[in-house]
Formats: sequence, C-alpha cells, structure tokens
Amino acid sequence: MKTRLSLRINGEERDVLADTHKTLLEVLREDLHLTGTKHGCELGECGTCTVLVGGTPVLSCLALPIECQGVEIKTVEGMARGHELHPLQQAFVELGAAQCGYCTPGILLTAEALLEELPMPTRDEIRHALAGNLCRCTGYTKILDAVELAALRMRQGEMPPPASRAEAEGARP
Amino acid sequence: MKKDAFSIVGQSLPKIDAWAKVVGDTKFADDLLMSRMAHGKLLRSPHPHALIKRIDATRARALPGVYAVITGQDLPRVKFGILPVSQDEEALCVDKVRMVGDPVAAVAAVDDETAERATHLIDVEYEPLRPLMSIEDSLAHPEVRIHEYGDRPNVHKVVALQFGDVDSAFARADLVREDVFFFEGNTHLPMEQHSAVAQWGPDGKLTLWSSTQTPHYVHRLLSKILDVPPAHIRVVAAPVGGGFGGKLDPFAHEIAACRLSQVCGRPVKITLTREEVFYVHRGRHPVLMWIKTGFTRDGAITGMHFRSWLDGGAYGSYGVASTFYTGALQTVTYKIPVYKFEGARVFTNKPPCGPKRGHGTPQPRFAMECQIDKAAEQLGLDPADMRRRNLAEPYVRTANHLTVTTIGLGECIDRVVEASGWRQKRGSLPPGKGIGIACSAYLTGAGTAIYWNDMPHSGVVVRADRSGLVAVLSGATDIGQGSDSVLAYLVAEVLGIEPKDIRVHPADTDLTPVDLGSYSSRVTLMAGNAAIQAAERLRARLFEAVARKLETTPDRLTAAERRVFVADDPERGVDFAQAVVLAESMFGVLAFPGSYAPPKRAGKYKGGGVGPSPCYSYSACVVEVDVDRETGKVTPTEVWIAHDVGRAINPLLVEGQVEGSVYMGLGEVLMEEQVFRDGMHKIPSLLEYKSPTTLETPEIHTILVEGADPEGPFGAKEAGQGPLLPVIPAVANAVHDAVGVRIDETPITPEKVVKALESLRQGKSGRLGPERVPVFAFPEPRVVESAFGLPAEGIAARPFSS
Amino acid sequence: MMRLPPFRYLAAVSVADAVKLMADHGPDAMLVAGGTDLYPNMKRRQFEPAVLVGLRGVRDLVGVRPAASGGLVIGAGTTLTAVARDPQVRSDYVGLALAAGAVSTPQLRNMGTLGGNVCLDTRCNYYNQSYQWRKAVNFCMKKDGEICLVAPGSPRCWAVSSSDTAPVLCSLGAHVRLAGPGGERTIPISALYRDDGIDYLTKQPGEIVTEIVLPPADGLRSVYLKLRRRGSFDFPVLGVAATVRLDGETVREARIVLGAVASLPREAPEAASLLVGQRLTPELIARAADAAYRPAKPLDNTDFGHPYRKKMTRVYVARALRRLAGLPEVPEA
Repeated sequence: MKTRLSLRINGEERDVLADTHKTLLEVLREDLHLTGTKHGCELGECGTCTVLVGGTPVLSCLALPIECQGVEIKTVEGMARGHELHPLQQAFVELGAAQCGYCTPGILLTAEALLEELPMPTRDEIRHALAGNLCRCTGYTKILDAVELAALRMRQGEMPPPASRAEAEGARP
Repeated sequence: MKKDAFSIVGQSLPKIDAWAKVVGDTKFADDLLMSRMAHGKLLRSPHPHALIKRIDATRARALPGVYAVITGQDLPRVKFGILPVSQDEEALCVDKVRMVGDPVAAVAAVDDETAERATHLIDVEYEPLRPLMSIEDSLAHPEVRIHEYGDRPNVHKVVALQFGDVDSAFARADLVREDVFFFEGNTHLPMEQHSAVAQWGPDGKLTLWSSTQTPHYVHRLLSKILDVPPAHIRVVAAPVGGGFGGKLDPFAHEIAACRLSQVCGRPVKITLTREEVFYVHRGRHPVLMWIKTGFTRDGAITGMHFRSWLDGGAYGSYGVASTFYTGALQTVTYKIPVYKFEGARVFTNKPPCGPKRGHGTPQPRFAMECQIDKAAEQLGLDPADMRRRNLAEPYVRTANHLTVTTIGLGECIDRVVEASGWRQKRGSLPPGKGIGIACSAYLTGAGTAIYWNDMPHSGVVVRADRSGLVAVLSGATDIGQGSDSVLAYLVAEVLGIEPKDIRVHPADTDLTPVDLGSYSSRVTLMAGNAAIQAAERLRARLFEAVARKLETTPDRLTAAERRVFVADDPERGVDFAQAVVLAESMFGVLAFPGSYAPPKRAGKYKGGGVGPSPCYSYSACVVEVDVDRETGKVTPTEVWIAHDVGRAINPLLVEGQVEGSVYMGLGEVLMEEQVFRDGMHKIPSLLEYKSPTTLETPEIHTILVEGADPEGPFGAKEAGQGPLLPVIPAVANAVHDAVGVRIDETPITPEKVVKALESLRQGKSGRLGPERVPVFAFPEPRVVESAFGLPAEGIAARPFSS
Repeated sequence: MMRLPPFRYLAAVSVADAVKLMADHGPDAMLVAGGTDLYPNMKRRQFEPAVLVGLRGVRDLVGVRPAASGGLVIGAGTTLTAVARDPQVRSDYVGLALAAGAVSTPQLRNMGTLGGNVCLDTRCNYYNQSYQWRKAVNFCMKKDGEICLVAPGSPRCWAVSSSDTAPVLCSLGAHVRLAGPGGERTIPISALYRDDGIDYLTKQPGEIVTEIVLPPADGLRSVYLKLRRRGSFDFPVLGVAATVRLDGETVREARIVLGAVASLPREAPEAASLLVGQRLTPELIARAADAAYRPAKPLDNTDFGHPYRKKMTRVYVARALRRLAGLPEVPEA
C-alpha cells in the first residue's frame, strides 16, 4: 500500500508517493535520491542514519515518514548553504574528522543539534551527545576536536551557522 | 634538484575528498542508482556443516518480480580464493556448506523485498554433518573433514622454521619463561556494509562497482570464476566506507551480482545486511600461543621459540599468510639472535578469518609484550628500560632474514615515558589504578605480491595538459585513510603546485595502472613512490621546455608556488600552466608513468616471502587504566602513543590513523569478540558485538616521531596499522599494575578480571588465561641459519627507475 | 537493507480514537508510539501486524503535570529525553531521570517514549535475531517455535525484562493508567508485569498505557544503576532500582527492584524490609545487598555470563543503597 507524503526536507517541499511501510531512511535514499544519509544496521544500533526532524536527531531507519509530515526534516545535504559550509562541516574538513566519511553525515547532524541547544558544550557533553553514533575509523578524537572548534567559531561569530545567520538577517527590518 | 624545505609535505592539510564527504556527495557503492537496476540477495546456509542434497528454485522463479535465480550450477565449477595456494571457495556452494552464512543461491528481483522473499522460496535439502567449532574439535575429529585439502586433516597449513640454535640460547639465559596466551577473534566492523553493483552489457563486457580494497585482485578472480577474459571486465572501487582488511577478499556477492546481471540483462546491486557482514568477515584469527623466551639478567633476549595455533574458520582466505605473520615480526623490535617458529592454521565451521588491521601480528605481539612485562617483573627491571636497552639495530638483518632500515623505537619509548609521567606514576598510583607499556613494529607494505610476478606493485600515471590540469591516475583504493590525498600532496610537492590543482582518479581497472590494493599498509609507500617517479618525469619535461624558453639549463630550474623558475633568479620564470603548454608543444601529450616494486629481500626459505617489507614502522604506547575491583571493569583513562612514521606527509592524517588504531586496539582488548554458540554466530549485530562508543574512548595523546627512511616517499613509513599493536598488551600490562592480575587472553572483560581477582584473594596466581596447548606434533623445522646482525643490502634500490 | 513488512498505518487522533481503532482491528493491530522497540522487531519479523495504530499524533499522551494526589503524572507518549530532562523528575524522582537517561542512545531517547519503555518487549539472544537466524535454530517458543532455547526443558519462555524505567517505576510505587474498550483503570505498575517471557504484560492487547502516575515525593530518594558493557546503546543486563522514603535518617519505606534478571522487574522484598526502621549504615547496606542477591536468577540469554550478572547484583545493590545513603559508592579499599 502506498501513501502520498508531503515532506519538507532541507527547506524544500517534496511530495512523494511511497510504500507506507518504507522508513524515512528508505524514502530519503530510494525515492528522493538523497543518498547522503547512510545506513549501518537499519535497527537503531549505530546512529549512522541520523537526520534531524524538527531539529531533533532521530534515527531515520526507525522513523516513518508519514509521522514526519509538517515538520522540517534536515539531512546532511541541507547543512551547507550553497557552497558555504556549516561551521561543523568546515571544521570536519580542516581537522580530518571524516576518514571514510560513512558515519560523518549522522555525526554532523547530531552535533548540529547539540550546538543549537548548547553553544558551549564541554568535551564531555560532546561525548555524551555523540554516544549514539558509532565510528570505526577515527577513534572519535578528531570528531570531538572538530565539534569544539566549530562551537568556538560559532560563539566568536567568526562563522555563524548559515541558517541562523539567514534568520537573523531575515528578522531585520 | 634538491629542495631544502618542503612546501606541501609536512603540512596538516584537508583531505582532497573531505568536502564531498561532509556534504554527503561521496557516492559509496550502495548510493549508486542505475536505470532498470535490479536488487540481488543471497540465500545463505543455516547449517554450520552440511551436504547439499538438492536445490530447487522453482517456487522462487515463479514469484512475480523475480528476474533471475542462480545456484552454483550456473557458474563454472572452479573454486577460487585470494591466495593461489588456497583455492577453496565457491561463490555459490554446490555440494557442501561449511559455515552458517555460506551462500547457496542468489536472486535478482525488482526490489529488495521481492528478492528477499524469493530466497525464502528456494528449497534446499541439506544433510547435516558434525560441525567442528574449535581448534580442539577439528583436531580431535580428523574423520570429519571440512576440506579435502590441507597439510593434515582439518589443518590448512603447518609451518616450522628455525633460525639458529634456540636450545643453547635458552641454556645461556638467566631466566627462561614459557607462557601461554590466547587472542580471541574479532571483526573489522566497517560502518559501511559491503555493496556491489554489476552491469553486464549486451556487448559482453562487464563492469563491477564494489566497496573493495583490492579491485585488482577482484578483477583477476572475476575473470577466472566467470570465465571471461580480463580485458572484458572493468572493476571500479567505489569509495570504501571503512575497510580495516574486511574488504580485501573477492566475495560471493560480487560474483553473484555479475552473473545475475548477465542472466537478467540489468544492472544488479547486492548490498549485504549487517548480519551478512559478520558472515563474510575475514577478521582477526583467534590464536592460541605458546612462547618460550630466554632472558639475561639485564633483560636481553637470548632466543625465542614461538608456537601459534590459528582458528581459521571455514576457508583459506589469506590464512597461509596470516599463519606466517603470527611468527614473522617478533624479531624486528628487540635483538633476538636466534628464533624458532611453529604455526598451524586449523579449519573450523565458522566464518573464515583473514586480515584485519595488523594482519596476524597483534596476537603474537600481545603474547610477547605481556611476557616481557612478566620477565621484567621477575628480573626487577623497569619494563620501559628493559625494552629500551635491547632495541634491534637499524640497517641489519634479523634472525629470520628481515631487513630493517630505520628504527625510531628508542625515541618512541622515550617520548611516551616522558609524556605519560611513567617514572613518577609507576608504582605510585593509588590502588586500582595502573600504568602499562608495550611496543611494536609493522610492515610498510608487503614485500611480495599475492601471486608471483615481476611487475610493479603500484603504478601511477601523472598527466598534464595545456589547460594546466594535472590528473593522477592510480589503481590504489582510498578506504578513508586518505591515500588519494597523499598522492596529491606528493605530486603537488614535486611539481610545485597545490593539492587543489590536482585531481586524483583512483582504482578503475580500465583507466588506472595496476595497484595491488589497500592492504599491508602499502599505499603511501608504494603508490607514493610511483607517484613521485611519475611526477618527476613530468617535471623533467617541463624543465626542459622552460629551460629552452628561458635560455637556461634544466638543472637551474625549480618548481614552486605554481611557477617554474630559475632557482637563483626567481623573477625569471613562467607560471605552471604556461610551463605545461611549452612542454606539450615540445613533446606532445604529457602522460608519465611511475612504477614501484619493493626490494626483493625475501629470505631464501619457504615462507621467507611473508614478513619482508621495504621498511618497518615502530610504536610505543603507555596506557593508564582504572580497574574497578568489585565489578572488574577496566577503564582506560588516558593513552600516550608515539609512532615512528619516518616522515609525516600530512601529520593530521597520520594522527588520525594513530588515533583510529588506538581506538580499535582498545576495542579488541576490552570488549570485541566473535562469539559462537551451537554453530551459530551468537551476536551478529551492531548492538551485541560491542564496538566502543565516544564514552569508551579516552583521550589519546599522539606523538609523531620522524626520521626519514630511505625507502619511503620523502622518508615516509606506514601509520595505518602499526599503532594498533602495542595498545593491546599495554592495557593488559596496566591491568596487572593496577590490581595484580594477569589476564593472558583477550578480551579483558570484567568477568575475567573478577575471576582473576578472586583467584588472587584465594592466594592463587591471579592469572587467567589458557592453561595448555593442543597436543600437536609439529614437523621437523626447516633449519635456516640466523641472519641476525648481518648488514642490510640493497637499500632504496628502485626497480623500474630507468 | 532490513525492511519493515507491509502494514496499514492508522494515525489515532485521541486516546478514544486509538482504543476504537484497536478494538476495530483486533489481533491484527498493534500500537506504536516511538517505534524504537517495535520496528526493529518487525524488521526481524517478530511481529507482522496488518495494522499499526500510531499514537504519535495524540497530544494528550505527551507531557508532565502535577497529580491531584500530590505526585506527578507523566504522559506515556512523553519521550525518554523529555522525561530524563524534566526538572521535577530530576529533582524528585532521580532514579527515573537516571533510568530514562540511560536508555540506549540520545537519538533513540528522542524517539522512544516512557510508555514504550514500560511496555518494552522482553529480550533474549535467541529471540532478538533476524528471521533467517531464528529459522536456522528452528525458532523458539516466543515466536514461531516450540521450545525455549535457553532452558529447553522448561514449559515457559525466559526472555528478559529489559526496560530501564520499569524497575524504577516499580520501586517508586508508580501506577499506570490504562484506557481500553471497557474504560479507564489505574493499577500499580508492578501489577502490569507477569513472570512470563511471552505474556509479560497483564494488560489487554487493546488497552493503552496512557499515563504513569508517580506518588508524592516528600522524603523520597531513588536511584538506578545499570550494568552493561558500554555507556551507550546497550540494554541493561542488570538494573538496580532502589527507592527509600526517609524520615530524618530513618528509612520509613524501601523498595528494591531488579531489572534484567527475570521476565519481569524482580522485587527484592527481603532486602527492602531489612532497611525499614533503620538508618542506612554501611553494615546494613551490606546485609541488604546479600539479601537482594538471592532473588536474582539471570539465565544465559543476554550479554555477560549469568554467574557474573548474579554476582554483580550484590555489588550494584550495595552501590545503589550507598548512593541513597550519601556514602561513597565504592567503599574505600
């Protein structure tokens, strides 16, 4: 059985007709060809498929798109604004925080939600926020470093996140 | 042309593919979408050991949406395997299955779900055989044969080598220790599940995109298995989402995807489930080890005798090499004048083991470094000092005929001792806290290819044209370690341009020269040297052309900052693109090959091909742990590791490799294990196979030790595997320092620590580990003279350089 | 790709609507809130409901509010993240905040609900496997098979209660409110559980857990300690929930409930009764831990060996009580 879905993904309205039992992960990858969202187990056991729904990190392998209608869905493809990288992406590039890069999208989005909520996280807070994202390459060290660097830059206003800057500009008369 | 300083080498630059990876653009194999693409699925054996009596796919073929169903009957009856000596695998088993997960049939269908449903409709009749699930079991039941071949019934390989007279070495020793250790098997667990897309065109040509570390070997084997000329096959390695050795073998799903594509006339994708990844595996061998070492009063080693029994699982894979590796690298860290090694690999009805990060060497390193710790304690020596005093010598050969070049291990030890506060902490940490040290060495590329040949191990083509474009074509596969980037840095360094000016095109058997693959830590050194050679050939042409234009001689020119100019008159020069135009005008198309083959240094004895490498990296590691005496939980609180990398082409990437190695070592020593019950993998999931999270990974302090090695590109040695090795024994030694127990097997779980602490409280040894080794008569060893201390020969000899 | 089996999805708009949908579809239907427990099971074909009744849109199920009786009411659809972060839960029902915050991972807690965790399917490493895996061992009695593979001679299923919040809620003396075709009822949460791996809940399949009601907090001290391999992802292989109501330094009420040692949250009443009327001294705590250790009968169907899990019961109970007593968790060596 198929369901017509109206999804708002990365700021765009996307209508798609998909099998009701397809998860958000499957619809993103297979129906919308947004293959930036990866998968490592499809059972909620690795965090690789994390996306933001309403700004909250969720496991797209265990989410039904029908329940995500009317809420903003953000995937890794939606983090940069044009060619302007999100400070987290920039820090991951500079500090070598993505090795094979397979867990990277899920980690970036989880970290984005963290910094949105907690602009000055301690290293321990970052560890706890990312405790649901397995990485086998990095030993997490460069990932923690990169999140710290991005947080610092966002606080110092060197590189405000593209989205919030736009909002700030939009808010001005 | 000699440069005083580097402009790119030594800088912490972003990887060239970092941008694509952070925006989600990198296309892994499962991200490939093709029109009319079918989805494939393998049916796998539910039995650990059984005869196949009958396979009937009638019902599956009748299911709507099914395009093709194949069994072993649809493939040529040839067996394959990564090593020429172990051709024992079938893509789809015909007569017999040897493990749960062995593939028996494959389906292509309109979608994943239909393909899966169809596999349930394939009727297979099995006649179960007795499963053999352990080394002891397999040795005790020679009448139940897993394979018809092997050195003995159920014994894949037996080796026995002796270099010098160990008995008299033991007689000379002040202390002779015999210890038994067990290293549990574990798996790579890349985050990306293996995936392959095959497209067999109507022209009879086949293309396979796969998450593989070895497109060249896959190419060779596809030709053999499918009976198609290699010229009609193209293998493209997609970016690999984590390898660690787990994507080094040619796999059934790759072969099945190809044949299914041929049968149904559509591209076919097969992506494994996480559970299947546990079955294809080829991870760390469980190894039981016996080690006898003689020590003098001051801690020098007089001789060593090492025995290993490997639980190989159901197939050969790289197992012969793994067996030799458990005995190969003991000799390159400390002086060991005489050495004897005996090893056996046993077949069992479990997923086959093979190469995982450190291939065959973390197990003996664990045994050896823990034994040294015990000996130091007995001799009243500081374990760091004892190691430091007995380091192997550079530029000599070892007892087992390995040629060692630079050794930065002394500095590694000094640096971690200093950074960790070893001298203040040792013996004075509060109860429950402990500190341990261990050292190791690893290959920078295997010195011999998997199949015998005289051709290059790595080939690179550097191409430039009038637009100023520089393209690097390399058969090597980037598995996340950044090897594509390293090639860009090296070529940029030689040509005086920026990595950004270069595009690297990797691992496409149609377009790129052969590279043996991403294994044995070989890419930076081998493909790197080839890239430098190719770039230097291009640069020579550029200099010739620019010299003519500037009316000077090529030897006065230099290339830097995107210009080619007169070294002592920098104003006189042209920009890089112009230099290319001049050269293309003078010489025509500019495309230059670089080739690399390692020095031929294999010891002149059977098995002498495993262990030689152009050079060896060295690592020393100190770990501080906190042991909960009630729960037995071991928490590593801080890790200091120094790694002799020769030269860090990009320190950031080297650190990343070291940190990742430390992480993986901690997982192996504390929690990761392959567990089987009643023939079944007990925990084939990311939830139950315990992979450390951010919360289990402590702060890691990485120290890079540099001292250019003549064999490496600009002096570089490997970094991707070696740093895993010392972590494991360092933790074991730290646990002993903390609470006085010796856990002589991995993983060091809370349960084992509690048990050992109980034994200690009862006045017993406080040791937990294997008590005995199998009854196993090794053959008379091949006796070879020890090459210990003989001078190294043929340093930095470069074949194909003329 | 592990995929869900096909189903119809019906979004309930109210509790009454959900109750009606469940009644209409009978045994074909299952409830889903966060989906973090149900969907993995469905992907492994432990459940193949024809109809899913989704509770996500039922606003009444979400939120934390004061109870008329002086305690706290938590909507069953409140996410575990929200429970763990709720200021009042954190100050008055520490054990619950700890337990909710210890479930799996941050992402999963953002999705999973308190009601879902209370109703969490029992677990067993013969059961939580793929369809092919289970087929290879001829299935077990919990799904598609005849016998219990953990204890083949046993007439019952020994799958393990693996909820983190359930033992805490039992120890707190919480109640659950259920809505069903017959109307609403409120029962002590301990009455929700049954010592059977298959039929582990006493509620009717069509009944919905709508609210969890916590008792007044005065003098209440609670704690939850969880044994697992890693600090994240893992289910408990032993959970210790301890709650005491203090009058000055004297224990007036005490409840110790063990998770992951049986098919239901297992009370340790003997241990708890030792504490009543006493001060929490190290000696008393050691005696109580000895007593609590006895009812724990873990079997070999989770991570870690069961002898170890049994042994750790004593350690964890002692640590939990020491924490309640304000003593250092681990006695000085």
